[in-house]
Amino acid sequence: MSLASSLSAGERTSVSRWLWFNRIRFKQHSVLPGFGLTMGFTLLYLGLIVLLPLSAMFLRAAGLTPAKFWEIISAPRVVASYKLTFGASLAAALVNSVFGFIVAWSLVRYRFPGRKILDALIDLPFALPTAVSGIALCAIYAKTGWIGQYLHPLGIKAAFSPLGITIALTFIGLPFVVRTLQPAIEELDGETEEAAASLGASRWQTFLRVIVPSLLPPLLTGFAMAFARALGEYGSVVFIAGNQPMKTEITSLLIITKLEQYDYAGATALAIVMLLASFVLLLAINVLQWWTGRAYHKQ
Amino acid sequence: MSHPSAAISGGKNRRAANDPLWLQSLLISLSLGFVGLMLVLPLSIVFIEAFRDGIGAYLKSFDDSAAWEAIKLTVISSAIAIPLNLTFGLAAAWAIAKFDFKGKSLLITLIDLPFAVSPVISGLIYVLLFGLQGWLGPWLAAHNIRIIFAVPGIVLATIFVTFPFIARELIPLMQQQGSDEEQAALSLGAGGWQTFWRVTLPNIKWGLLYGVILCNARAMGEFGAVSVVSGHIRGKTNTVPLHVEILYNEYNVVAAFAMASLLALLGLVTLAAKTYLEWKVQQELQSSLEPSSAEA
Amino acid sequence: MSIDVRNVTKTFGSYTALSNVNLQVKDGELVALLGPSGSGKTTLLRIIAGLEIPDDNPDSSILFHGEDVARRQVGERQVGFVFQHYALFKHMSVFENIAFGLRVRPRHLRPSNDVIADKVNRLLKLIQLENLGKRFPAQLSGGQRQRVALARALAIEPRVLLLDEPFGALDAKVRQGLRNWLRRLHDELHVTSILVTHDQEEALEVADRVVVMNNARIEQVGTPSEVFHNPASEFVMDFLGNVNVFRGRIENGFAELGHFSLKVPHLPKSEAQDANVYIRPHELEIELQANGTPSLPATVARINPAGSYAKIALAASDGRELQVDLPFERFSELNLHLGDHVFVSPKKVRVFVPEYVI
Repeated sequence: MSLASSLSAGERTSVSRWLWFNRIRFKQHSVLPGFGLTMGFTLLYLGLIVLLPLSAMFLRAAGLTPAKFWEIISAPRVVASYKLTFGASLAAALVNSVFGFIVAWSLVRYRFPGRKILDALIDLPFALPTAVSGIALCAIYAKTGWIGQYLHPLGIKAAFSPLGITIALTFIGLPFVVRTLQPAIEELDGETEEAAASLGASRWQTFLRVIVPSLLPPLLTGFAMAFARALGEYGSVVFIAGNQPMKTEITSLLIITKLEQYDYAGATALAIVMLLASFVLLLAINVLQWWTGRAYHKQ
Repeated sequence: MSHPSAAISGGKNRRAANDPLWLQSLLISLSLGFVGLMLVLPLSIVFIEAFRDGIGAYLKSFDDSAAWEAIKLTVISSAIAIPLNLTFGLAAAWAIAKFDFKGKSLLITLIDLPFAVSPVISGLIYVLLFGLQGWLGPWLAAHNIRIIFAVPGIVLATIFVTFPFIARELIPLMQQQGSDEEQAALSLGAGGWQTFWRVTLPNIKWGLLYGVILCNARAMGEFGAVSVVSGHIRGKTNTVPLHVEILYNEYNVVAAFAMASLLALLGLVTLAAKTYLEWKVQQELQSSLEPSSAEA
Repeated sequence: MSIDVRNVTKTFGSYTALSNVNLQVKDGELVALLGPSGSGKTTLLRIIAGLEIPDDNPDSSILFHGEDVARRQVGERQVGFVFQHYALFKHMSVFENIAFGLRVRPRHLRPSNDVIADKVNRLLKLIQLENLGKRFPAQLSGGQRQRVALARALAIEPRVLLLDEPFGALDAKVRQGLRNWLRRLHDELHVTSILVTHDQEEALEVADRVVVMNNARIEQVGTPSEVFHNPASEFVMDFLGNVNVFRGRIENGFAELGHFSLKVPHLPKSEAQDANVYIRPHELEIELQANGTPSLPATVARINPAGSYAKIALAASDGRELQVDLPFERFSELNLHLGDHVFVSPKKVRVFVPEYVI
């Protein structure tokens, strides 16, 4: 204020003009108060909780030479865990895509007793702690378990095998496909189906040519989300897996093992690989959602 | 993750299905079968196994002081994490929904980060920061402050994995509600805090509650991240999920499932509350979209 | 309280909403800001309210009764703002909505609960919703909500009332009723009021003066009669009411419009220029025979006799369509039918030449 008053009117005019031209346009001026306070707190929180710990990790990784880094992440045991984790997650996501579609379709299009309860139950994997689902699934599929006892004579080993891991990952990813498809199926314009029918298309043709193309983006999004979630899953899997190195050891467990052996460098290197995979998937999901947004022209 | 604020049902497809009956029956049976197998069965097993040896054995599982310590720790970390995350959620949603600034999508991506990160990594980064061999490790040891393998570490890891829930719920909700009412309040002479308390908060209360419920469920049930930072010290740094793991690994099956049944119960209550609140939030949004234009 | 807006410009990024706008509003006036979407009228209203901040410019100012309020927050300007979509507080009853402005006053200025109740009830009576104080906005019709929004703004005894397309979302009949009610209210209260609307009928009926805006600028300010009968620009003439437009050339005091020419002696006799000639439908005459005055042969294409004026659409011999409004007696006199060949001549014209207006 004092600088302003010590200048003459003419000087003030040119100074304010200069300031006006040179200020950085970060935020549109708004009439609502509280931006500074809320933004400041938000950034502080994020900085302390997210950015600081993350940078600790990257710093640790930076301490590794590229050669050492490669050595760690390409060790046979580690690679075996990649294959297992990736393969099981993929399989689980595929199962969830197929059945998730069926479930979503039934929930939206059909009326049957128990529909509302079914709808609410879909979110169970979100609400149930992973440790609980972990031991529950183990109890079901173990040799003496409810289902396991019938599979064992058939030679199918459900628990302590990749199959068991896949089953656990299917549980975890179930809501994703269903929940991304439901609003999309609801949005489907019944009239376009009626138009197709009036033009002579059979139900199957209508399904293939009219319905599936518009449902493909959300289906892919749900698939990618289930896949991403499965890659990082720990609690539900670790009980039913058996955790045998090279056979039934998932990558997240391997990270913990290395930590327990104080191999911080090894744990960090693996974590970075997993993060990279997550980010690639996150990117893919965002692209898919952008594509979906365009395809639907939401208001 | 279902987003009540993002799913305003158009109701366009509430018409009779035009699929043949055999197809409907097939798909419905498959759906029921799949969900029954994958979801209902595991849920039921928890309670069945817990009560396998009768109610007496079930109750005896809680006769253990370690169990109560675990429950206490779970409740405490949740009780700390939720208010902090609530404040964060409100602040972030206010900044993002009511103002226009560069870098908004980057900020939102940062907030979504914990969802993209494996729980094990969520715990790992705190170990790398605060652990004995971590960045701040030596400094903490010198001052005799224990974060990793102690309660503060557990609380921090819990905060990390749960802070997005409330923010993610409030941001689209507040964005959709716009800022007309706040502007009206300001034009009538209300100050910033008055506007927030009297106008903004009542409008978001259901979404807020929804976010808190989800946040709580995840906080109490978190396993992977907490497992990494806790050190599994029985009676000291075990939360209920960790205690379940210990009991199960000791083949103390009934006790393990008894503890698990508490969490399962929490899960069911969360589901019920979630469904109810989703409906409430949808109602809110419907009423804020369509002003009627009947008689004067 | 008078309002003086000087040199206000507002840009949003690369989009200019207002370009060096100047406006004076007299104490107690009801002024309408009229224009199409994107003309800047709502932006101007919001800038007066303090809900938008004009671009930084030392020459620009917003004076309320001589006092510059440009630096004041919206809550400090004592304006009553009525939002287009009402912005009622969903979670408060009608009573609480209206009482809000009184309840949030700082302690020492806050009236007691009894005083507040008294004021609110009087306002409820004014807006004719006495028994609906306990209802919630979701339970009201659009017109009722609008009245509550108005009462809420009036409760704080504002120095100026600002209304942003208040009747835009309502049915025609409701709009008409509320429009009259608003005018009567203004006559009773005498609060300086500014109304934003895109409905010219509304502006012309309700306002003391009309500010016609287009493309971030003010085209004309005047009484409803002035802007309608003496439009200052092509835009104003075209925007208000219906027009027939003739494109032609001005040469030697005559406007050559193709088939006929008009004497326009008041135009300087300079070189030939392109010009647009605007004639309102009620300023055209129909004759059954040519009678020496400049006229255009045309055929009757459509007749719409329902209304206080008979509306005749004609196809002129040069292909264009003409609109003529005839008083009913004249229409009966002529006994027109579809397909009749008649002659159309102008009673009054306005000529607009690109650079300047006559």
